Amino acid sequence: MTTETAAGRFGRYGGRYVPETLVPALQELEEAYAAASADPAFREEVARVLREYVGRPTTLTPARRLTEAWGGANVWLKREDLAHTGAHKINNTVGQVLLARRMGKKRIIAETGAGQHGVATATACALFGLPCEVYMGALDVERQALNVFRMRALGAVVRPVESGSRTLKDAMNEAMRTWVSQVSDTHYVIGSAAGPHPYPTVVRDFQAVIGRELRTQAQAAFGGLPDAIIACVGGGSNAIGVLHPFIGDASVRLVGVEAGGHGLDTKQHGASLTLGTEGVLHGSRSLVLQDEDGQIQEAHSISAGLDYPGVGPELAHLAKTGRMEVRIATDDEALAAFYEVARLEGILPALETSHAFARGRELARELGAGKHLVINCSGRGDKDVATISARGVPPPVGVKA
Amino acid sequence: MSGEIAQAFAQAKARGEGVLVTYAMAGDPDLPRSVDVFAALVEGGADVLEIGVAFSDPIADGPVIQGAAERALKAGSTLKRVLDEVVPAVRKRCPQTPLVIMTYVNLIMAMGEARYAKLARERGVSGTILPDLPPEESASLRATFDAEGLDLIPLCAPTTPPARAQAIAKEGRGFVYCVSVSGVTGMRAELPPDLSQRLDLVRKAATVPVVAGFGISTAEQARMLSAHADGVVVGSVLVHAAHTEGPEAAKALCADIKRGLRR
Ligand SMILES: Cc1ncc(COP(=O)(O)O)c(C=O)c1O
Repeated sequence: MTTETAAGRFGRYGGRYVPETLVPALQELEEAYAAASADPAFREEVARVLREYVGRPTTLTPARRLTEAWGGANVWLKREDLAHTGAHKINNTVGQVLLARRMGKKRIIAETGAGQHGVATATACALFGLPCEVYMGALDVERQALNVFRMRALGAVVRPVESGSRTLKDAMNEAMRTWVSQVSDTHYVIGSAAGPHPYPTVVRDFQAVIGRELRTQAQAAFGGLPDAIIACVGGGSNAIGVLHPFIGDASVRLVGVEAGGHGLDTKQHGASLTLGTEGVLHGSRSLVLQDEDGQIQEAHSISAGLDYPGVGPELAHLAKTGRMEVRIATDDEALAAFYEVARLEGILPALETSHAFARGRELARELGAGKHLVINCSGRGDKDVATISARGVPPPVGVKA
Repeated sequence: MSGEIAQAFAQAKARGEGVLVTYAMAGDPDLPRSVDVFAALVEGGADVLEIGVAFSDPIADGPVIQGAAERALKAGSTLKRVLDEVVPAVRKRCPQTPLVIMTYVNLIMAMGEARYAKLARERGVSGTILPDLPPEESASLRATFDAEGLDLIPLCAPTTPPARAQAIAKEGRGFVYCVSVSGVTGMRAELPPDLSQRLDLVRKAATVPVVAGFGISTAEQARMLSAHADGVVVGSVLVHAAHTEGPEAAKALCADIKRGLRR
């Protein structure tokens, strides 16, 4: 099943809106990727690294106490937080860095928001011996100190970006500018299913390993397909990765949860599928948060990984055609969900992931008992402990205050 | 295609000069004072004006023009206001000089392609340069512009393979903008050694004039390039001069670069 209506187009969205300097490189990447993905040896190499190094398949965990607490469908967790480096991002960076090596590229650049993609890129570069430079908004450098350290420890150069809102979108601008200058020997590893064609397709394919595993695991665990799958949406890579293999299964409800930030009426959110309008950002046509003059608005989320005013074109298409339901979780709801999951399941989810959990309860109840709901556990919350603990920790369970 | 651009190139050629295309940011430091900058550039010898319209996410621009865009946005610059306030004022002070808008595709989409084309033409704009709109994505916009008599000026890059460069040149409107360096806008001490060869190739295929731009800031560079192109584009050095020293400094720089373009 594909939603690609033409090469690099998902309905009205997608395309390749970049400086002419980059067009030949994107064509080269498109061709190299087509050849690699048709090559069984390349596919096996990616699969082998995912198996031996990343720890795939990640488990499908029954969330028994959440199921009980929510009083609806059986809740299952697809555990990308158990992948090496702690998030789904590694699925894509292993694939892209192997592709870059196959293309003979000498160095890697990347952008990062929460730092998870930067860490995953630095990790793949360390594994395969390529120099790595990561662009990161200066504000994110401050709020994600742990991941900055991890990237540096892995041998990557972290370049703080001071322009604009000093967050993910500006890091992506800077990475693209750098790529324009070094395109002959450099591969740009985009971290989400966004950017110019062929990136949305490449990233989706590498992330679709999540959904393919889930199909097999669901069969084994409860003898069928899930009734609904829910994932958080920033740029959209974990969501499209888990959802894509189910697009053709009409019985499976696909749900994406966007960052509601301080609330949709505050202008401080990251809800580009819900409130975005058609525009061009970072090389593709999609839904973006912008003002009526076409200036891109700054997004806000408590989670740096959802703090992005755009979204991948395929998700925009799925949302507009109604195949994917779009919901919102605010900062406060995500925080509450973080503690609920921590205390009921012994898992500290990433703040991004906590947005998906925040909408889990109502979805489980809508589905009802006997149905199966899968939550994509996109990453673990270690990177977020400073942000979360700064707000104070609720009293321990079972202890009188 | 618009007659103004062709005429400007023909006149310069008749005078034995290469064409000087200059870029400045509308709205830097504010809308009225940026008009003074454009007028100063023409007094300094600019033959074509590129009027930059600020976008929040300028992926093709280096630090100098990024800075100008941030100032312009702070000063309230929008595409609509540039067309309503800056373009007519520049047109009034420099009635002979073709005006070309340079901005990013999202601003045109937000306004609406047809609405932009009509408004731009009415206000006296001759052409438009969109550095994030490669040929594959430009068919509908170009048809709209063609119908309105507004030139969609294409770009060619150092990484563009020869056959593609020739196709771009053949289909060009207004002029072909040959990006001299693999990179973003900004001054460069050195230009690539194979630039003249590339310019010759594009010029041979082109049905319109060919200019070289990105990285050019001195009379010497202009002199060297004008042997292989119909003109040069100068931006960052002028934006920097206007910002730090005012319009007169930008005018003096123009005059100096223009000397390099006399054949
Ligand atoms: C754990 C986690 N989940 C989700 C995201 C959001 O990215 P995407 O929407 O591409 O899955 C991030 C991004 O940093 C992340 O670290």
